[in-house]
Amino acid sequence: MESIYLTIVLAPLVAAVAAGLGGRLIGRAGAHSVTILGVAISFGLSLLVLKRMLLDGMGSFDGTVYTWLVSDGVSMRIGFLVDHLTVLMMVVVTFVSLMVHIYTVGYMHEDPGYQRFFSYISLFTFSMLMLVMANNFMQLFFGWEAVGVVSYLLIGFWYTRPTAIAANLKAFLVNRVGDFGFLLGIAAVLYYTGSLHYATVFARAGQIAAGHVAITSTISWSAISFTCICLFIGAMGKSAQVPLHVWLPDSMEGPTPISALIHAATMVTAGIFMVARMSPLFELSQTALSTVLVIGATTAFFMGLLGVVANDIKRVIAYSTLSQLGYMTVALGASAYASGIFHLMTHAFFKALLFLAAGSVIIAMHHEQDMRRMGGLRKYMPITYWTCLVGALALIGFPGTAGFFSKDALIEAVRGSHIPGAGYAYVCVLLGVFITALYTFRMFFMTFHGKERMDEHTREHLHESPWVVTLPLVMLAIPSALIGWFTIKPLLFGNFFAGAIVVLPAHDVLAPMAADFHGPGAFVLSALTALPVWLAAAGVFCAWLFFLKKPELADAAQRRFHWLYRVLVDKFGFDWFNENVLVAGARRLGGGLWRYGDQDLIDGAMVNGSAQAVGWFSSVMRYAQSGYLYHYAFAMILGLASLLMWIIWRT
Amino acid sequence: MITLTDVLTLGGMLFAIAVAGVFLNRKNIIVLLMCIELMLLAVNFNFVAFSRFLGDINGQIFVFFILTVAAAEAAIGLAILVVLFRERSSINVEDLDTLQG
Repeated sequence: MESIYLTIVLAPLVAAVAAGLGGRLIGRAGAHSVTILGVAISFGLSLLVLKRMLLDGMGSFDGTVYTWLVSDGVSMRIGFLVDHLTVLMMVVVTFVSLMVHIYTVGYMHEDPGYQRFFSYISLFTFSMLMLVMANNFMQLFFGWEAVGVVSYLLIGFWYTRPTAIAANLKAFLVNRVGDFGFLLGIAAVLYYTGSLHYATVFARAGQIAAGHVAITSTISWSAISFTCICLFIGAMGKSAQVPLHVWLPDSMEGPTPISALIHAATMVTAGIFMVARMSPLFELSQTALSTVLVIGATTAFFMGLLGVVANDIKRVIAYSTLSQLGYMTVALGASAYASGIFHLMTHAFFKALLFLAAGSVIIAMHHEQDMRRMGGLRKYMPITYWTCLVGALALIGFPGTAGFFSKDALIEAVRGSHIPGAGYAYVCVLLGVFITALYTFRMFFMTFHGKERMDEHTREHLHESPWVVTLPLVMLAIPSALIGWFTIKPLLFGNFFAGAIVVLPAHDVLAPMAADFHGPGAFVLSALTALPVWLAAAGVFCAWLFFLKKPELADAAQRRFHWLYRVLVDKFGFDWFNENVLVAGARRLGGGLWRYGDQDLIDGAMVNGSAQAVGWFSSVMRYAQSGYLYHYAFAMILGLASLLMWIIWRT
Repeated sequence: MITLTDVLTLGGMLFAIAVAGVFLNRKNIIVLLMCIELMLLAVNFNFVAFSRFLGDINGQIFVFFILTVAAAEAAIGLAILVVLFRERSSINVEDLDTLQG
């Protein structure tokens, strides 16, 4: 079995190297063929593994492929842990990545960096596969960082644009902050358990729980809370949770396929996956779970609000990703890891779909992204319109779509949770449903309905995108609409994740729900009387009223609540705070250290100061050097005499 | 009867004269060389005196060594002097202050 797993991981890497280094040699068609083939191989083999696990009852695999080094009992290895959680991620990642690869053929066909782009996205897939298939923290960290590096390359893909450079730098730096916490968490794990191997660490989780981190002689923290919160800080960076979310909206500077890949499959889900993977550790710390819950809830609601005022079509979807990631994080915090992963999976499909549909619109609009200059695109782009509608319905949780099953179950799970902060989280996720529907359909109506606000030249050239663009849309629309029906039972209420995810009975919120679960059909029917569906409907209605029927109402509201609008447009001031407090503070500190520490103290006082002191001393001493022989002789005699005197007096 | 003290006093006086010569002489570098020679002789005087009064012949052997060295030193000193004179056309001590800082 090892060779299958190796092939899954290495196929995209080989393709990336071939397209990246041999891009000139194999040409544009060669580059996209080889990378699509590589990812297709990975996808096919992942499906094969899934089939063997589900139908043939194959157990999970945990093995080492290569030992990199062993030092003082700590071994760093490359190995694979493939259980149900991993295989689900593998299938989702490779499927979305494959769709994005095919789509890119159409989206990037005019770009001079065609081969480079294919090389990067294949490398991205490789990194993410390494991350999800790791069986130890070392490899997890490798995948983690590799994903960060490739995202940096991709967000700054159009490296001649200053905004893209700023955005990729921002993404990289913000992720660095998270990674620092993550590294501390891994170090804590290693310190308390002496191992980096998942299975060993989870078996010794009790050792971490028994430990304490001494802050001062009297104050000490519980080691497990410390470890889990540090790990979660890493997840906050990668999965863009408040306050480390600022990089995600700016990452829209990259080409659209990348936004789809980052947001749906390969990057932001890493944090969610990691926390779910670490469930045996997180379960032991109520404090950490509570932190996760509150941060997730805050992200879910407040970041959703920002989507309502954004005018860039991709930014609206980006804020929706932030909000949906918040939902997943809330699920993790409520110990409903399975629910979080379920939402991750459905979200991967419909978010990739929405991004690719937005990309299709952007192609048709000649790279215009401002929704205020769109409208009425429905009749020009029917396939994009219908697939985007499926994605939007799935996102808002329309009964029966994939997003409905995952989100509704998630909200239900949060309601049943008793972890501190669960009440706040429940309110946030409920209001979030309304907000989600509002901004999603605002985007949808502004783009596809209403007056045609584009200029004459653009309107004349409006047409449906080529098949390489629409095929992935259709392929993604199918699971977005349907996959919930088949997966909700095994994933949430079956034992699909048995052995991969550990939940303490006291925290288990899904088990009580399982008792009330009578198949997906009944689930849909019972949800029709529940609050979330009506909130979503209200959101859609508001969007219709404010942005389609009576746009003057929206303008009036904007004037009436001008302060609120300003707060939202300023994104709650996070960017301002980072810019003016953190960055400016760091610059001022650096400037101060440079001016006073380096220039004055080290250069001025120490380096030049010692030279000046020697110079001053010599300038005094040179008066003693008359150059006359008799003065020197006199000094010698005087010295001899005093030496003799000293000898005589001493005895 | 000449005592050891008398001889040592004479040696000390010769040495003092030589030192005074080094200090007081501002004109002629040859005088400086002569003063140094005189110092060595004063030391020789002491050696001979101790050798005589302590009955140890080694002191007088040492004198021969010193005389030899003094001769060599005088030769080199005078040679340097000649070169110096060619170079600067002067042997005036006051003029030789190139070592001044």
